[in-house]
Amino acid sequence: MNENIGVPELEESPLKEHWHSLRQNKTAMAGLIIIVLFLLVGIFSPVLAPMDPLEQHIELRKSAPFTNGYILGTDDLGRDLLSRLIYGARISMIIGVISVSISLFFGVIIGMISAYYGGIVDKIIMRLIDMMLAFPYILLTIVIVAVLGPSLTNAMIAIGISQIPSYARVVRASVLAEKENDYVLAERALGASDRELMFGSILPNCLAPISVQATLGVGTAILDSAALSFLGLGAQPPTPEWGLMIASSKEFITSAWWIVTFPGIATLLAVLGFNLLGDGLRDILDPRLRD
Amino acid sequence: MIQYILKRLTMLLPTLFGVVTLVFFMIALAPGDPARVMLGERASKEKLEKLRADLGLDKPLAQQYTLYLKRVVHLDFGKSIKSGQPVMNEVKERFPATVELAICAMIFASVLGIWIGVISATKKNTWIDYTSMVGALVGVSMPVFWLALVMIMIFSVHLNLFPTGGRINIRYYFSPESNFYLIDTFKYLFQGHPEYFLSALHHLILPSIALGTIPLAIIARTTRSSMLEVLKQDYMKTVRSAGIKEKRVIYRYALRNALLPVITVIGLQFGLLLAGAILTETIFAWPGIGKWIYQAIEARDYPAVQGGIIIISTTFVLINLVVDLLYSVINPKIRLQ
Amino acid sequence: MSEETLLSMENINVHFNTRRGVVKAVRDLSLYINKGETLALVGESGCGKSVTAHTINQLIPMPPGVIESGSVIFQGRDLLQCTQREVQDLRGTQISMIFQEPMTSLNPVFKIGDQLADVFMAHQDMKKKEALAKAVELLKLVKIPSPEKRAYDYPHQLSGGMRQRVMIAMALASPDSGLMIADEPTTALDVTIQAQILDLLNDLKDKVNMSLLLITHDMGVVAEMADRVVVMYAGRKVEEGTVYQIFDNPSHPYTLGLLNSLPSNDKYKNSTRLEAIPGNVPDLLSLGEGCPFANRCNWSSDVCNKSFPGKTELAEGHSIWCHNATKVIAEGTKTNG
Repeated sequence: MNENIGVPELEESPLKEHWHSLRQNKTAMAGLIIIVLFLLVGIFSPVLAPMDPLEQHIELRKSAPFTNGYILGTDDLGRDLLSRLIYGARISMIIGVISVSISLFFGVIIGMISAYYGGIVDKIIMRLIDMMLAFPYILLTIVIVAVLGPSLTNAMIAIGISQIPSYARVVRASVLAEKENDYVLAERALGASDRELMFGSILPNCLAPISVQATLGVGTAILDSAALSFLGLGAQPPTPEWGLMIASSKEFITSAWWIVTFPGIATLLAVLGFNLLGDGLRDILDPRLRD
Repeated sequence: MIQYILKRLTMLLPTLFGVVTLVFFMIALAPGDPARVMLGERASKEKLEKLRADLGLDKPLAQQYTLYLKRVVHLDFGKSIKSGQPVMNEVKERFPATVELAICAMIFASVLGIWIGVISATKKNTWIDYTSMVGALVGVSMPVFWLALVMIMIFSVHLNLFPTGGRINIRYYFSPESNFYLIDTFKYLFQGHPEYFLSALHHLILPSIALGTIPLAIIARTTRSSMLEVLKQDYMKTVRSAGIKEKRVIYRYALRNALLPVITVIGLQFGLLLAGAILTETIFAWPGIGKWIYQAIEARDYPAVQGGIIIISTTFVLINLVVDLLYSVINPKIRLQ
Repeated sequence: MSEETLLSMENINVHFNTRRGVVKAVRDLSLYINKGETLALVGESGCGKSVTAHTINQLIPMPPGVIESGSVIFQGRDLLQCTQREVQDLRGTQISMIFQEPMTSLNPVFKIGDQLADVFMAHQDMKKKEALAKAVELLKLVKIPSPEKRAYDYPHQLSGGMRQRVMIAMALASPDSGLMIADEPTTALDVTIQAQILDLLNDLKDKVNMSLLLITHDMGVVAEMADRVVVMYAGRKVEEGTVYQIFDNPSHPYTLGLLNSLPSNDKYKNSTRLEAIPGNVPDLLSLGEGCPFANRCNWSSDVCNKSFPGKTELAEGHSIWCHNATKVIAEGTKTNG
C-alpha cells in the first residue's frame, strides 16, 4: 500500500499504554498468567503441598496416579510426586531469579561502562565478551560448574556468569543509542556526575530491551539448571528439583511413566510461561517488530 | 573476496588465543589440587608428586601456560589421564559420531523448520499459523533430555519401533574407517548387506529428532518472521503484478530473500548442537564427543576436558566464520562489493 | 482517437478494515479507458489512486481490504467475477504495472535478466535461453546501454533511472500489451531522468499500442502525458475531462487548487504567489456523507457537509461533482485573472 492513511495518535502515558498493549497481547497475558501461577505455587508450597516432599513410604513406591491417595503417584522411594513438583516450583523460580540477577547485575554494569566510556575501554570489554561468546554457551556453563564443584548454588552462579556477555551486549547497544539524546547532554551540562547519568538517567530509558532479555533469561535459566541437575552437576539428591527428578526417573521408563512425564511437563510449562511473556513483551516494546 | 576471507581469518587468531587462555586458567585456578582430585584422597605422596610432574603442575603457573600454548599450537593436548591415550586421538575417534548426529539433526530441523515457517507466513493469522507458532514456542521451552526420555519411553520401550541407544546394532561388526557410520556402511549396501546402513540410519532417527527439536523451533520462527518481512517488500508486488504463479512467487522469489537470515541461524545452531549434544549423547549412549567430555568432567580428567573444550570451541568459531562467508556469497549486495 | 473502451470501472467501493475502524479508501468511483489512450488519475497521496489501480489487477491485500461493490470490465470480462487463477493469467500479459519505487521494486537477489526471463516463462512456453534472449531484446527496447551485459547485473548495480527502465521492460514482457498501469513512475527519480522515462513511456505507447493508466500527483506529468484526466480527492472522483478541458477550464475547487500550486503553468503566471491549498486531507476514518473537500473549500456551504454532490456536465466529456458548480466556475476564473 502506498496510501498513507491518517491515523490519529492516542495520547497516553507510556506505562499505561504498555499495560494496555500487554492486556491486548494474548501471548503475553498467557505467559503472565502461567508465571503468576508458578510463583504462587512456589511461594505457598508448604501450604499447597499435600505431603512432605522428602517423606518416603517405601511400601507405596511407584504408586500410579490416583492410587493409594496420591494424585500424581509416588516415585521410586515412595515420595509424593505432586508435593515434590510443588516444592520444585519454588526451587526453579529461585534459580531463575537468582541467576538472572547475577547476569543482570554484571551485564548492566559491564555494558553500561563499555558504552558510556567508549574508546579503548569499550574495545577491550567487547573483545573479552566476544571471546566468551566463542564458547558454546552450554559448554561454558558446564565447565564453570565442573570447576566450582557440582551443587545447586554453583549451578546458579555458572548459569548467571555464562549469560553475562549477552546481557552486556544488549545493555551496551541500548545505552549507545540512548546516550546521544539531548537530555543526557543537558544533564551533563548541569553538572551531573557520570554515575548519576549512567544509572539515574540513561539506565531507566534502556529498560525495555533489558526486561525482554531478562524475562526470556529466566526461562533459559530454569531449563539450564534442569539440564545441569540432570547431568549430576546441579541440585543433589534428595532435593526435589525438576531436572534431578527427571534424571532419577531414567531407570523407570519401562515401569512408571508418571515419574518421567510430570517433572518434564512442569519444567516445560514454567519455561513456556517466561518465553510467552518475553515474546509478547518484545512485540509490545519493540515497535519495529509490530505487524 | 579473498582479501575479506584472509582478514576474517586473522581476526580469528586473537579469539582462539583467548579461548585457549580462558580454558587453561579456568581449569588451572579451579579450587583443589587436580592431582589429588584425580587420584583420590588416599593416594600416596609419591604418586601425587609423580602425577604433578607428569602434568607439569610442579612448575610455576606462567611456565605451565607457555608450555601449554606451545603444545596446543602443535595440536598436542596432552594425554587423557583416564585412558592414557593422547587427547587428540580420542577426539578424532569420537568427533565424527557427534558431527554425523548433528548434521542429521540439522537436516531434520532445517527442512521441516523452513517449511513450517513458510507455511505459517503465507497463512498468517490462521489456525495453521497459530498452531505452528505455539508449537515452536513449546519446542524452545522443552527440556531436550526429557523429550529424549519420553521418546525412548514411547517409541523404543512401548512401541518397540526404535533402538534405545548406540550407533548401530551391536551384532553387525565392521571396522569403521571415517567413523561416519553412514559413510562407512554405505558400501555394504551394494555388497548384499544393506542392513548395516539401515541399522545405522535407524539408530540416528530418535537422537536426531531430540537434538533437532530446539533448532527446528528456532528456524521455523526465524523463517516465518523473515518471510513476513520479505512478503511486505515492493518487489513482491512486482512479481505478482507480472502474473507469476503464487507458488513460484513464494518459493523462488520470496524464500530466496527470506533465507538469508535463516542461514545465519542454521549455522549458529549447528555450532551449538555440537556442544548441546552432551545431553542427547548421554541419554542415547551415543559415543560422541559430548558424552566423552561429560565423562572426562566426571572423572576430573583435566587434560581431556581442556582439550575437548578447546576443540569444540574452535569448531564453533570456525563454523560461525564459514556461515558469515557463506552469507556474503549468497547475498549479491555483499559479494560484489 | 479510437473510441473503443478497453477498461471500465463502475461504482467501485473499496474498504479497509483496520484496528481503528473502517477506512473507505475508494467510494463510488467510475472511470473508463479507451484503447490506445493515456488516462491520468490525479490526486494527493492517500486519495485512493493506488487502491484504484490495485483494484484493477486485484493486488489489494485481503484482508484487510474488501472490494465492497462495483465492477471492473476489462475487454468484456468482469475481473471481479474472475477466479484468482484467471486474473493471474491476465497480470503480466494484458495488465502490467510499474511502481513508484524502482529502488525496492526489483528483487535484490536475482539478476535482472533472470527476473525478466521469468515473466516470459510464466506466460509462454519458453526455454530459459530463449527467454533470456527476449529479456535482452526488451532491455534494448527500453534503451538500456549494453543490454547483453546489464542482463547479468543485480538490481543494486543499476541507478534508479535504469531500474525504472527495467521495471518498464518487465511490464512490456507480455506478447499482447493491453493496459499498463504506471503508479507514480517518476516520483522517486531526478528531474532529468523523469523526463527521459516519460519520453520512453510515450514512445513505447505508440510502438506497442498499449493503453496507459498513469497515476500521479504531479500536474506537470499530466500535461506531458495524458489524453484524459480523472481528479480524485479522498476516495471520490471530483472532476473528469480531457487534458485540454482540465488545464484550460479547470472547474472543481480542488482542481483549481492543484493547478494554482503548480509553479510553471503559463495560464496561472499572473498569480502573484504559489498557492497551497489550505488545510489537510481529511481523516478517511471520520468521513461523513458530505463532500470531503468541504472543509478546505472557499465556496463551501451548508449543503456541502450534508451530501455528496451529483454530476454537473460542463461540456462533452467534462464533468465536475460540486454543489456550487455555477458559482465556482464564475468566480474561479476571476481569481485566476
